Amino acid sequence: MDFDLTEEQRLLQDSVTRLMADRYTFDARKGFLKQPQGWSAELWGRYAELGLLGLPFAEEYGGFGGGPVEIMLVMQEFGRALALEPFLATVVLAGTAVRLAGLPAQQASILPAVADGTMKLAFAHGERQARYDVADVLTTARRNGGGWVLDGAKSGVLHGDCADKLVVSARSAGERDAAAGITLFLVDAAAPGLARRGYAMRDETRAADISLTGVHVADADVLGEVGDGLPVIERVMETGIAAMGAEAVGAMETMHAMTLEYSRTREQFGRPIGQNQVVQHRLADMLMSLEQGRSMSMLATMSVDEPNAAERARNISMAKVGYGQAARFVSQQAIQLHGGIGMTEELAVGHYFRRCMVIEHTFGDTAVHLGRLAAQVG
Amino acid sequence: MDLRFTPEEIAFRDEVRAFIRDNLPSDIRERMRLGHSPHKEDTVRWQRILNKKGWAAHNWPKEWGGPGWTPIQRMIFLNENQQAPAPEVLGFNITMIGPVLIQFGTSAQQQRFLARAANLDDWWCQGFSEPGAGSDLASLKTAAKRVNGHYVVNGQKIWTSTAHNADWCFVLVRTNPNAAKRQEGISFLLVDMKTPGITVRPIISIDGSHHLNEVFFDDVKVPVEMRIHEENRGWDVAKYLLGNERTGIARLGKSQERVAAAKEHAGEVRFNGRPLIEDAAFCQRVAQLEVDMKALEITQYRVVSAYAKQRDGRPDPLSSVLKVKGTELLQASTELCMDVAGPLAMPVWARELSALANEPDPEAEWSAEATGSYLFLRAASIYGGTNEIQKNILTKAVLRL
Repeated sequence: MDFDLTEEQRLLQDSVTRLMADRYTFDARKGFLKQPQGWSAELWGRYAELGLLGLPFAEEYGGFGGGPVEIMLVMQEFGRALALEPFLATVVLAGTAVRLAGLPAQQASILPAVADGTMKLAFAHGERQARYDVADVLTTARRNGGGWVLDGAKSGVLHGDCADKLVVSARSAGERDAAAGITLFLVDAAAPGLARRGYAMRDETRAADISLTGVHVADADVLGEVGDGLPVIERVMETGIAAMGAEAVGAMETMHAMTLEYSRTREQFGRPIGQNQVVQHRLADMLMSLEQGRSMSMLATMSVDEPNAAERARNISMAKVGYGQAARFVSQQAIQLHGGIGMTEELAVGHYFRRCMVIEHTFGDTAVHLGRLAAQVG
Repeated sequence: MDLRFTPEEIAFRDEVRAFIRDNLPSDIRERMRLGHSPHKEDTVRWQRILNKKGWAAHNWPKEWGGPGWTPIQRMIFLNENQQAPAPEVLGFNITMIGPVLIQFGTSAQQQRFLARAANLDDWWCQGFSEPGAGSDLASLKTAAKRVNGHYVVNGQKIWTSTAHNADWCFVLVRTNPNAAKRQEGISFLLVDMKTPGITVRPIISIDGSHHLNEVFFDDVKVPVEMRIHEENRGWDVAKYLLGNERTGIARLGKSQERVAAAKEHAGEVRFNGRPLIEDAAFCQRVAQLEVDMKALEITQYRVVSAYAKQRDGRPDPLSSVLKVKGTELLQASTELCMDVAGPLAMPVWARELSALANEPDPEAEWSAEATGSYLFLRAASIYGGTNEIQKNILTKAVLRL
């Protein structure tokens, strides 16, 4: 057991911390939100220059061969800054699908372009009726000559509005909810029959609903084995849950620090509110939740590459419950201790609150993951 | 960064597990499995077996008979011992007075007491709290006046766990009532419990057990050589001791053992016509506890690893997180056991019934003990610095408010 970072990891962390401190102030972020795509193309270029966009990919594909710890370090900083760019969608989610399931030719055509910042990806799996049911896929994939035709609708696709290529799940066989029969496809966002409607989530990140009407996909664009997409989808979600955990830790740290600072400066009844024991103990409770949440983020990070699928899934579910509950507590208390000002759009704390809220409801909420764990108790 | 145990750590865990399996006497194992708190004799017998192996003084350096383990190894040992379940080594001896003697003791004090503490030849107890000095420990009043080569001690201690079993007591006394700061007039004395003038009176706790005591000191003569560290510097010693106490205070292995026991018994009792273990709400409650225990396990290893690297020997203020979360889980897991036992957990007589019956009734016995633990461990969030005091420590040391 070892909690130390390597020298390279420390350097990576420092460079991202510096970049975000310089360029990603809360005010600068307001400007990024006003850009047409809702995030900063310039920062995206800086991430590419720093090597972040190729972080988890093999060196032969323009990547840096980093692992879950490297992603954790970057996501923590992005959580502190409330970064809006499609890093999670492109590098972590769809990037993982391509990295794990892609043929060498597919990886070679996509990953270098992702790493240099020219191609953005999205992971188009969720459907409206599915809620959190991972295998509930109604989008169909029909054989058509030497290729496939996709029909259906995807919902809540993170950064689906700006992606150049989508990793789309569709049912090539089997009934609704069947684990077998789901296939992943690489689909060009400009493909005829594909339409998308972009929108903002509650935390100001972007997402899209995507409709697929007779979309033709070549055989060469099947990602992984036909009918065996579900294990890949699960790996993608697990990787995403680990990354979001680190992001939530960054957000929690920031909310806690802001609330602590506020309690030192805000005076009522002639003294700072932080001199009241009830406020002090609440801040101590927040600290304890933050530290337990940090431990759970570490658990998720360290479990992403666990070869035993059952153990991996169990640890990831534990982590999602643990950091999700911690984030909910810390963010709710952050607003409470700020009082009225915490309710305002003007203050950053409500933005962190909403990022944590969206994270908790992505890839299975607390009830879903606690339910999975509960099913293993008996 | 790697949360997995190294192959060496896994080998170590297996070695500890095998040793406990092969050496824990079966009568002790049976009592522990039924949820009894260990008898005095159980604790002594097991600690001597561990000491013979060189493991009892798990946190002492090698030169004083410790095994020379890393902090991670110590944590592994404590967890395995708790999960076995085996009696825990006596904290007063091993994590409290032992490290204090090593850090502050004179050579004569070390020679006289350390080996005997490791082997539980002397049973130590802790004379800190007083009727007027609970959380506010520095307001203690028990007075020690220096007369010739002795201190003459007068006053009263309370909540003195196992004083009725004890051979020796480490006591905080006031040697200078006029010190500028209250903390500066306190000394740390080692007192032989057989000294004339000491009276031990039992306090029966809400579980019906005799664990706590009041200890009265009436002109008790303590030789000056029995003082640890300088006169009026006892507060430094107490702070060091309490910091040491906290690294193992989460007692996570105990909570894990309790949850495992609750699950086992939940397979045997019924709820709505089916085994309780099949009830969704019960499973959810267990799953939540398992999540919280996992988080604490990792936090504990984080704190312990950081502690191993830092050289000044000062406790990590985050160990207060371990104390609060650990005791909350200890309480929640014993509460779970009681709820699993259900109506059979309520009669006091279940314990006697089992003792009187011609045939043993392990279910009634386990159920009665589940309630006993639940009741007794309400103290967990009170002893060792209440959980509210821990939050004050976090406020001061981490939040700096």
